[in-house]
Amino acid sequence: MKDDLAKLIDQIDAARLSRRGFMGGVAAVGALATMRAPAFAADPNKGGTLKLGLGGGETTDTMDPGLSDSPVPFSVGRQWGDTIVNVTPGGEIEMRLAESMSSDPEGKVWTFNIRQGVKFHDGSDMTVDDVVATFKRHSDENSKSGALGIMKGIADIKADGNAVVFTLTDGNADLPYLLSDYHLIVQPKGGVDNPNAAIGTGPYKVVSVDPGVRYAFEKNADDWDTTRGHYDAVEILVINDATARTSALQSGQVHMINRIDPKVAKLLARAPGVEVKNVSGRGHYVFIMHTDTAPFDNNDLRLALKFAINRVEMVDKILDGYGGVGNDTPINAAYPLFSQAAPQRVYDIEKAKEHYAASGHDGSPIELIVADTAFPGAVDAAALFQQSAEAAGIPLVIKRVPDDGYWSDVWNVKPFCASYWGGRPVQDQMWSTAYLSTADWNDTKFKREDVDALILQARSETDVAVRTELYGKIYKIVNEEGGVICPMFNDFIDAHSDKVAGWIENPNYEMSGGFASSTTWFA
Amino acid sequence: MHPVIKLVAQRLALGLLLLFAASVLIFIGTQILPGDVAQSILGQSATPQSLANLRAELGLDVPAPVRYFNWLAGIMHGDLGKALTNGQDIATAMGKRLGNTLFLASCAAVIAVPAAILLGLIAVRYQGRWPDRVISTITLATVSVPEFLLGYIAVYFLSVQLRWFPSLATVYDGMTFGEKLYAVSMPVLVLVLVVLGHMMRMTRAAILNVMQSAYVETAELKGLRKFTIIARHAFPNAIAPVVNVVMINLAYLVVGVVVVEVVFVYPGMGQYLVDHVSKRDVPVVQACGLVFAAVYIGLNLVADVVSILANPRLRHPK
Repeated sequence: MKDDLAKLIDQIDAARLSRRGFMGGVAAVGALATMRAPAFAADPNKGGTLKLGLGGGETTDTMDPGLSDSPVPFSVGRQWGDTIVNVTPGGEIEMRLAESMSSDPEGKVWTFNIRQGVKFHDGSDMTVDDVVATFKRHSDENSKSGALGIMKGIADIKADGNAVVFTLTDGNADLPYLLSDYHLIVQPKGGVDNPNAAIGTGPYKVVSVDPGVRYAFEKNADDWDTTRGHYDAVEILVINDATARTSALQSGQVHMINRIDPKVAKLLARAPGVEVKNVSGRGHYVFIMHTDTAPFDNNDLRLALKFAINRVEMVDKILDGYGGVGNDTPINAAYPLFSQAAPQRVYDIEKAKEHYAASGHDGSPIELIVADTAFPGAVDAAALFQQSAEAAGIPLVIKRVPDDGYWSDVWNVKPFCASYWGGRPVQDQMWSTAYLSTADWNDTKFKREDVDALILQARSETDVAVRTELYGKIYKIVNEEGGVICPMFNDFIDAHSDKVAGWIENPNYEMSGGFASSTTWFA
Repeated sequence: MHPVIKLVAQRLALGLLLLFAASVLIFIGTQILPGDVAQSILGQSATPQSLANLRAELGLDVPAPVRYFNWLAGIMHGDLGKALTNGQDIATAMGKRLGNTLFLASCAAVIAVPAAILLGLIAVRYQGRWPDRVISTITLATVSVPEFLLGYIAVYFLSVQLRWFPSLATVYDGMTFGEKLYAVSMPVLVLVLVVLGHMMRMTRAAILNVMQSAYVETAELKGLRKFTIIARHAFPNAIAPVVNVVMINLAYLVVGVVVVEVVFVYPGMGQYLVDHVSKRDVPVVQACGLVFAAVYIGLNLVADVVSILANPRLRHPK
């Protein structure tokens, strides 16, 4: 098995194998491993203090899971809290604080049976009332919860014995995926009295909190799930500077780090004692055009711009190969029910010229607004776009603006700018967040009744084949007529020291979906 | 009244006035920042509903002058208010950060100030000869390299390669004094290198200036050792400009080290301020601004007072 892996790595070195091929190969090697040595991963070591060096935390962070909106609060929540269900790396629903679930045929009434005998960190029992109160807090119109938007379609939440019953306004086959959202940590009495208490049912208890600096946790001895949490203690150190993060890992002061710049990932992978982990996710970088504003209300001009961008070059130069090529839709193969309903669009100067001529654009410069905060490398990406468009005779001008105020004054306001999406666990959520006429974040102002109807129809459709076909239709429409130019999907790139074993690749989010401290152990 | 007391009292009054003016500027400055606090707090995840809720909660509907006087009255009572973003008491949260910053600054100053003055004296003693040239070249070089680059070079060699010192300078409650000293060793090293050159050059220049005086020649003719002349006769007369430059560097160590804090992940005031600026947490930004202004004004006051006291003509009026 060792030899197989070495062979794959050699092939990578010789660049004979694409990354997808490598992943397939690794899966095969992994399958062999399980056949030959079934107990390989079954016996993790216990003990030790795991130190995580994470970027994306600030002094202003709170412990309220509802307000969690950046990587450090996300990872902190994963230490002390649990949601009722999770999404596995394979995209399946996994029961956590719920034991089982069922729904009526229309997907309108959902019942989740809550696990009994689970204790909160303060020793009290976790009950169905706590779960109901949690969901009610996050769905309150006055709540500032980041999950408020995804709770919108829920008309009623009530307890029924040991079960929580959700009644939706319209059927939604994806409700369990929505309820896996990381904001929705079950807290005693829903956390209404004290949202910042950080008392949950997770694998580690909070010991000390210093926002933007350091969080300390100790093992929860009464953890209901005995298969996770192998460390005695976990520390999260906030390291926002990327260079400081990598040097902390290299000097052995931390065991895991997140958010590695693609430009240094290859170099870091060569450093001794360090393993770089990248997994292609659903996050994507975009250039967005408002389809209701001239000149972008002309589909020929939109197509001209879509043909005038060199996606392969972007993945190579902006992501250093750590990512996948986009196809002007927000969906890629990382989503369940994906089908390639439109051919991969490539850089085609002739077609770009053709559509540009057909659009009848007067030749005045088209202004693309960009800031560093739009996505890592956004300014460079805009420059590449400008050059590839110029070759097709399309005059793009780049207007670079400060990061300050970008998300309030430019994104969703100006007709053509750079942005990013973190991706969503399921297609319905991605389409309904940004491509439904009524969505707040419809940042391409793509308002089409047929697309709205397809999204809603797919949402309550329980036949998988039909649903896949419906999503394919939306994919094709957005690819051909939408306002989004999506050149690339970015990887999550994390790294850990070779002292750590048991890392599971999880495309849902960075740090193995936030569960790195739950599933790994010291080798 | 003794003229020295009068002069010092004048300086103090002027300092307070300056601080008051700074508070007005800080308040105006934070009011004209672009963007909206509520929008910044919620970021990309803002919805109109959550924005409206947050604005109402923050009391952003009260007119600015009213907010200024409320704020000033609060400060007079030692109440800096609560952070908008996480509801923490600013005085408590900032107190801890200020403590960290002062700890780092003092560690650096304790090494840098005596070292700079001693090196300055040595440079004058061997003026134009190799010790002077070596000292001048090295300190000029370290002062010319940007501090973050110095930091990264130090991290690469001392932390990653040799593993002598930690690259992370995170300090937290529960660490012993020794552990804290070890944790800050790298940022202290960098800060010392950054401020050493300026203070050493100024010491050297000020003393050389005095060395032209007739009484130094007299001392030489008396047969005193060169170093004794410099330390006993020249240095006391050069103290005013030296104290000035020392104080400017001390002020820099307190208010200007955000880059070093970021490189070594040190939880000081700079990082605290930057985090809150990016979230438009106005009360915290105002409080930090005021503390920084107070430190700057205070240290410059000290420099002024020391210069006054070091002047014999003012100490012994006819």
